[in-house]
Parts: sequence; C-alpha cells; structure tokens
Amino acid sequence: MTEKKKILEVKNLKQYFKVGRSTVKAVDDVSFDIYEGETFGLVGESGSGKTTTGRSILHLYEPTDGEIIFEGKDVNKLKGKKEKLKFHRDAQMIFQDPYASLNPRMTVEDIIAEGLDIHQQIKNKADRKKRVIELLNLVGLSKEHASRFPHEFSGGQRQRIGIARALAINPKFIVADEPISALDVSIQAQVVNLMKELQEKKKLTYLFIAHDLSMVKFISDRIGVMRFGKLLEVGTADEVYNRPLHDYTKSLISAVPIPDPEVERKRQRIQYDDSKFDPRKPRSLHEIEPGHFVRCADDEVDYYLKAAKSYL
Amino acid sequence: MTEKVLDVKNLKIDFHTYAGDVKAIRNVSFHLNKGETLAIVGESGSGKSVTTRTIIGLLAKNAEIVGGEIDFHGKNLLATKEKDWRKIRGNEISMIFQDPMTSLDPTMKIGQQIAEPLIKHKGVSKKEAWKKALEMMKAVGIPDAEKRINQYPHQFSGGMRQRIVIAIALICEPEVLLADEPTTALDVTVQAEILDLMKDLQKKIGTSIIFITHDLGVVAGMADRVAVMYAGEILEYGSVDDIFYNPQHPYTWGLINSMPTLESEELESIPGTPPNLLDPPKGDPFAPRNKYAMKIDAERKPPFFKVSETHYAATWLLHPNAPKVVPPAEIRRRQKRFAEMKEK
Repeated sequence: MTEKKKILEVKNLKQYFKVGRSTVKAVDDVSFDIYEGETFGLVGESGSGKTTTGRSILHLYEPTDGEIIFEGKDVNKLKGKKEKLKFHRDAQMIFQDPYASLNPRMTVEDIIAEGLDIHQQIKNKADRKKRVIELLNLVGLSKEHASRFPHEFSGGQRQRIGIARALAINPKFIVADEPISALDVSIQAQVVNLMKELQEKKKLTYLFIAHDLSMVKFISDRIGVMRFGKLLEVGTADEVYNRPLHDYTKSLISAVPIPDPEVERKRQRIQYDDSKFDPRKPRSLHEIEPGHFVRCADDEVDYYLKAAKSYL
Repeated sequence: MTEKVLDVKNLKIDFHTYAGDVKAIRNVSFHLNKGETLAIVGESGSGKSVTTRTIIGLLAKNAEIVGGEIDFHGKNLLATKEKDWRKIRGNEISMIFQDPMTSLDPTMKIGQQIAEPLIKHKGVSKKEAWKKALEMMKAVGIPDAEKRINQYPHQFSGGMRQRIVIAIALICEPEVLLADEPTTALDVTVQAEILDLMKDLQKKIGTSIIFITHDLGVVAGMADRVAVMYAGEILEYGSVDDIFYNPQHPYTWGLINSMPTLESEELESIPGTPPNLLDPPKGDPFAPRNKYAMKIDAERKPPFFKVSETHYAATWLLHPNAPKVVPPAEIRRRQKRFAEMKEK
C-alpha cells in the first residue's frame, strides 16, 4: 500500500448547513485519503454525513472549510472553466435512486451521451451513437436499448444506465452513493459484480457509500465509519470488520443480520454508549495500528492500543 | 399437534391492467401455525406483499381473486364482506407496513392513534384506552411515554414511529400479525432493536407472525419457517434450518449465494430478471435464469417434492430420475453443516 499514489485527499472537511437560526454540522472535521485503484467504503447510519461527504468531494456543495485535493489540486480553488471541466471529467457520480436520477423525458442514448456532449468528446452523430453502444455493451445492456426511455427499464437496468453515464467520459474516480440500496438482492450482486469488473478494466477508484455493512465489506479495500458528521474509524476492510477498535463500529457490526440461523441465535448485540468518554475533549484521528485510525482524545490512545492488542 | 391459525389454499390473483391481466399470484398455498413466525422471502414483484394484503382484505381495486380459499377459524376470508372486514382488521389480524413515515396519521396525536383500535373493536372507554395506550408505549420502548403520548408523528424519528406502528398493530392482541418489510426503511442498529422488540412481544402475546422481507439475514434471525416466493409462486418451504442449510431449489441457492457473508470472496449473482407475469412461463418460472435447468423445466411445472416432514421444494431436480447436480460451493458448505447438525 505504501507505494500507492493518493488520488484524493480530504483534509478537515467541514460542511455546515444553516437551518433557520441554527447550524447543522453535517460533516465536521473529516479527513481521509483514497489511493488510486482502490475502493474506499464509507458507512454510517442515516444522518451520519456520508452522502454529504461524497457530494462535497464532487463539489456539489461549497464546503464550509477544509481542503479536497484531487490529484494534487485543491478542488475548491480550481480556476477557469477548463480546469473545472477537467475535474468533472475525472470525477463522476452514481446515484442511489435509479428511478429519480434518470430524466424520464430523455432517451437512454441522450442520457448517456450528455456528458460526451458537454465535454465535446464526440465528432459527429454516428460517433456519438457508436460510443453509446459501446457503453451499453460494457454495462451488459444492448444497442436496442439506446432509443428507449427510462420507464421501460427495471431498477437494476436503470442502475446500469446510471453506471454507463458515469463512465461515458472515462473518469478516474467515481463516487457511488448507495448504488444498490434500491435494488433486489439478486440484482444487487449483479451490479456490485459489474462495478468490480469495470474497476479492473478501467482502473477506476471508487468511493462507495452505503449502510449495508456486509456489502461494503465485500466491495471495499478500506472502510471509514461515520457518525454524526464525524469519521470515527478508518482501516482496511478486514481491520474494521474483524478487529474493530471503536465501540461504535463494534455496535454497528453486531447489529448486522447474518444469513445463517445458528449465528443469529447466538448473536450478542453490543450497545454503543457514548458517555464512556468525556464528550467535550478535543478529538482527532490517531493511528493506533499502521493504517488503522480511530478518532479519540490524546489520553484515550492507550485504551485503543490495548483494544488492538487484545485481538492478537 | 400444532394448531393452524391460517390456511391459504390455492390462492390465485390477477391484476387487470391496460396491458392485460397480470397473474400476480399463481396457485399459492401455505399455512401459519399458532405462535410461529413464517417468513415469506422473495424479490419485488414476487407476490409476497399481494399475498399478505389479501389476508387482510386490502387488495387494490383492479385485483381479482380468481380462485382459492383462506381459512381463518373455519371462515373463508376471501368471502368476507367489507362490513365484516372491519371487525377483523386491526383486531384479529393486523398489519405493520414498510414505511413508518407514511403509515401514521400526521394530524392525530399518537396516543389517539394507539387507543383507537381498542375503542373501536373492544368497546373500551376512552379513558381506559388511553391508559392502555400508555402501557403499550412503554412496552414498545418509547421513553418518556407520559409526555410523548400527546405528541404528533412528525416529532418522532423513524425507529420510534415504527415502534408506534407496532403498538397500534398489537394493542388488540391480534392472533395474526402481518409485517411487510417492517425494518427495511430503518438503520441497522434500529432494525436490530425493532426485531428484538417484535420477538419479545410475540412471546408475551402469542401472536403468529407472517414476516415479509427480502433480507435473508433478517429471516435467519426471525423465522421459524420460511417460504420462498418467485414470480407469484412458492418454490420452496421448510423450517428456517431446512432453507438455510439444506436448500433444494436453484432459486434458493441463488438467493443465498448472492448475499455476501463476512467471509465470502466472490458473489454469484443470478443472471437476468424475473419473468413478466402478463405471460407467465409454463414450467418452472425460474428456468430461464437457472443454469441447472433441464428440458422439462420449460415445459412442465414441477410439483412439490418432499425433502423431509417439514421441507418441500418444487424443482424437477428432486425427481428420482433427475441427474445429480453439484450445487454451488457455498450451498455445499451449508449442506455439510446440515448433515453434521442432524448427527447431533
């Protein structure tokens, strides 16, 4: 992992929203890196700020504070149309709801080619059609689908269209915001497998946002756990799952239902108690094991070091 | 001898649409034992929700019950008139819906909503019902119940709202509770709490539950028995151990295989999509997506073959003349465990 290049660095990202007179700290001081070619999973419950983080990274919001560095350049300080267009060519998004994210009045061809048009990557109509057909084949659809409208497709097929659209302009990095939550189990596996296959073929990097922990574990190389706008734990998928350090991560994992009746009968849930530590202390991410971070105060490091040792 | 609370026999339901008749339920039979939880698993469009809605008499206007019978205490529910349904619904049979955000009345205090079934069905006085509602709120784990009984749904979180919905459904201590994906809209930690709550209350009240979900993890933790539905038919049913450790139908294999376990390295997805029920397939409905399919699967519907006293599956693979196929690795692993469990 050491020689791997960082494609994205998120540094102290803060995203606040004004709601009436108060401020909601949707994302509060979140930092992590994503390496080229990996899948970084972001998990957390609703309201934890995982979606907001993904959207802020793509500059769909103006961050309140912090830096987002994509391939060495601060996304918030891109100058001119050209630089901004380049960033949005390299970084794309797949949305959660395949029913809401496709314009019902556009044909599949127009939906997929919209990015190609904007970024002027096609010479003529025939070329446009050819590219769309290539993309459709890539995601397991056929050329007959190009002239149809979104309502003619099932949820899984729509999500494939969404993936084809994201891939149209050859991005390097894709934010996938709960891309499978709206799909049936058998279709979820299809889409996840497709995403994995495309990642290998196209050398893609993913930020995979989801609340389904078992699926995140399956697809991710590294995982970050969020709660109330803060990143609590970051590590490899194996570390976070099999050797979680933060109590919240433990409680989250203990709540995941496993499709195995014997395991379920024995399951012990761990309740998360956030009053264990003084909540007022300043906290930041500390590296407990190489590459395995926990958000804690300076004097709590020992506690987590011990926790890490208990797994050995 | 276990007592049958509900017996569904040869249920057939069509939906009339502009495109033609959608044969949503095609000859479905199952029963529910007293005090047990029966999980019906299946993908969207498999007919699991339509089946439960039929049991509580809430089918859409364009639905037609083509045939069958639902026996509930010697009474055929399918022949029940709307007037009589009102005595059953919320009283003897109640239902929890998927989305707690839309299944409560936003203009009514939640105390009123919980107390209403008692007043309507049991003729309890308002004051008494209010007291019972308060007890019920405590039973479903709503903190600060004395204060919150006077609040409105928008003042509650999703998990709390689902607790309220459960309180409403169970206040008359119904014999049968239908739960249609009651935790799908909730976060995992909240889901775990709600499932524990349902199990607790079931023990207390002795309600029989039909639990509808597509999450096999939830099924493994909740169900006593499982029925697997696909394209309007039940393909396999058995005890929870039968289905998870000794599945027989290739569709059940596919479902189990497409769920990541914490160890899985690869996910095997089921190719293709479910059939169009405007023109349902003649044979095994799963045949077009089934790599183990034989010629006969496309031509003739397989009957239920008996695997054990509790376990039946509708697949030609169980016919004595069928060739032996090797199920996927994950299924073989589970079947090995099943054999070990049997020995003990």
